[in-house]
Amino acid sequence: MKRRWTLYDPRLAWMLVAPVFLLLIFFLVLPIAVMTAYTFFTFVTAGVETSALTTANWHEFFTDSYYSGFLVKTLRVGAMTAVLCGVLGYFPAYFIWATTFKHKWLLLLLLIVPFWISFTIRTFSWINILGEQGVINVALLKLGIINEPLPMLYNEGAVILGMLHFLLPYMILNVYVSLESIDRTLIAAARSMGCTSAQAFREVTLPLSLPGLAAGLLLCFVLAAGSYVTPQLLGSGRDALFGNLIYDTIMGELNWPMGATLSIVLFVVLGFFAAVYTRYMGMSQIVKGLAG
Amino acid sequence: MKLNNSKRLERLHDRYQNGDLSRRTFLTLTAAAAAAAGLDMPWMRQALAAVEEVRFDGWGGTVQDAIDKYAFQPYTAKTKLKVVQGTFGDEDEIITKIKTSKPGDYQVIHSSGVNYYIKYVNAGLTSEINEANIPNMVNVLQPMIEPFRKLTPKLSAVPYDYGTTGIAYNTKVISPEEAKEKGAALLLDKKYAGKVGGYSDMTTRVWYAALATGQDPNNLKDMDAIWAKVRETRDLAKKFWSSGAELMDLLSKGEIVVTDAWSGRVAALQDQGAPIGYLDPAGSYAWMEDMLILKGSPMAECEELINFMLDPATSIAVAEGQSYPPSLDPTKVKLTEKIEKLPAFDKSGTMKALTFADPVYWATNEDAWTKQWNRISKGA
Repeated sequence: MKRRWTLYDPRLAWMLVAPVFLLLIFFLVLPIAVMTAYTFFTFVTAGVETSALTTANWHEFFTDSYYSGFLVKTLRVGAMTAVLCGVLGYFPAYFIWATTFKHKWLLLLLLIVPFWISFTIRTFSWINILGEQGVINVALLKLGIINEPLPMLYNEGAVILGMLHFLLPYMILNVYVSLESIDRTLIAAARSMGCTSAQAFREVTLPLSLPGLAAGLLLCFVLAAGSYVTPQLLGSGRDALFGNLIYDTIMGELNWPMGATLSIVLFVVLGFFAAVYTRYMGMSQIVKGLAG
Repeated sequence: MKLNNSKRLERLHDRYQNGDLSRRTFLTLTAAAAAAAGLDMPWMRQALAAVEEVRFDGWGGTVQDAIDKYAFQPYTAKTKLKVVQGTFGDEDEIITKIKTSKPGDYQVIHSSGVNYYIKYVNAGLTSEINEANIPNMVNVLQPMIEPFRKLTPKLSAVPYDYGTTGIAYNTKVISPEEAKEKGAALLLDKKYAGKVGGYSDMTTRVWYAALATGQDPNNLKDMDAIWAKVRETRDLAKKFWSSGAELMDLLSKGEIVVTDAWSGRVAALQDQGAPIGYLDPAGSYAWMEDMLILKGSPMAECEELINFMLDPATSIAVAEGQSYPPSLDPTKVKLTEKIEKLPAFDKSGTMKALTFADPVYWATNEDAWTKQWNRISKGA
């Protein structure tokens, strides 16, 4: 007898999810597979490669310290950015969660407002703030505090600042969502047991908000380590990150096989960190954070 | 081999694609053949559908504004053919896009001369122009056409303008006398450390290193000395810019006080009243730009557009607007006083006063040098 379909039939679930699976295969798995294949192609000259298979690109990557040096630097800058986001983002998140302000939605809206302006324009705006003719230098010069403009632009500090500007809302939202899920009676219980406010925060609030903090750290780290625009606009050549290396190899040298190799390397390395996080924390926290 | 009607039409189509036939002749012959034999070739519907627009990609900024205002807008008004425009900051970027698109998606490129022409040729992206469809080509400087013809006897590009990459300096900080005395060495003056800029491009960097080490840029003997000089410039530089807009921004905001710079962009800054001087030191890098028609483009329409752009009235207006001399031969076409005063303008029409890059020599070394420059620019 033919089995009838029910609302909770697994076949129905598969049918519903199938279009997404197909999209994932088409837009994610397939491009990565093509890029992986490209890593074994032979570079002939700028813009020309052959499908003659070779391991030369991988050999170059593993034997040339230039690439590993860049990878380490990228991970360092990504980690520094993520930690700074964590330190600076926790307080606003805590404030929004703890405030008794009636229109809390307004504070959350303020977090989202920057996303309404193009990321590139927001990054460019730092040039007018940090530059030699920028707001800070002009003000300090006019006040007589400095004689020479401070070199605040086109260095690693400017790159990290630009990335903080971009990533901080992601961190705040993640931590806020995590704080919001804490049962406030636990804090009241801690207080009734004799904890001071600081102790209640240290023993209850902070540990329970750590999944959100960890999710924010991962998100900020991955986005910072994979960034291209910010180092390009606010940094000098020395402040380039791995993404810039990939761009130059593909778009400047027109060397697709090597560019593909570097792309796969970055994908695997960042994927590794995401996998480690998922193993210990789970992805659900990031999803909650992104959903706001 | 006996030719059947389909084969004949295929050959007719090839001739059209290669530019040997005008669009009108092709359509007439195809339609006549179709009517006579009742044939329906796969390309016929597409071919018979009128071309309504041509795609152009250029460098953006003041240069493209001038082309749009003085060439494209009058062309559209005259022919009803729209010119859809895109921009790029770096030509390698557009080559990548062309490579990943289907033939015909990109059609006319404002390309950086023979050094880049080779890249299009190697990648199989070039078309074949029917020069008979561009009668205004007779006015184009022959010394500008010859290097292209050496690479492909059947041209895919027509030279359109030229300029130099000289030295731009802030006159509030550096006097014209100091600039003239130091020449290319100004870029290596430690006095201006942290206030030096430069084009983030291998050719420019190697070229200026060649001048600094006293070598012939078209026959470099000591590459170690070149790379050492490139590193020296890098260490003094505040920022290597990557587009004309960025160059103008850095100079006008005073972020940098000296840089190698494109003559036309500096002229545009000077027109805006910025305190910027320009100097072409001996042997400074001269380059030409061309209008390149890519494979798969509607040839007749693209040729017609380029012919319109080369019309002396159009070309002169564009040249004045973008501040780069046109490719028109000044011994054949009367140019304006304004053009004659533009930096890099060669009134003799021989182009002997300018030093261009030998395309074959540079193309031979392009891959290795670009890779090395990319590394040095990132601190290696």
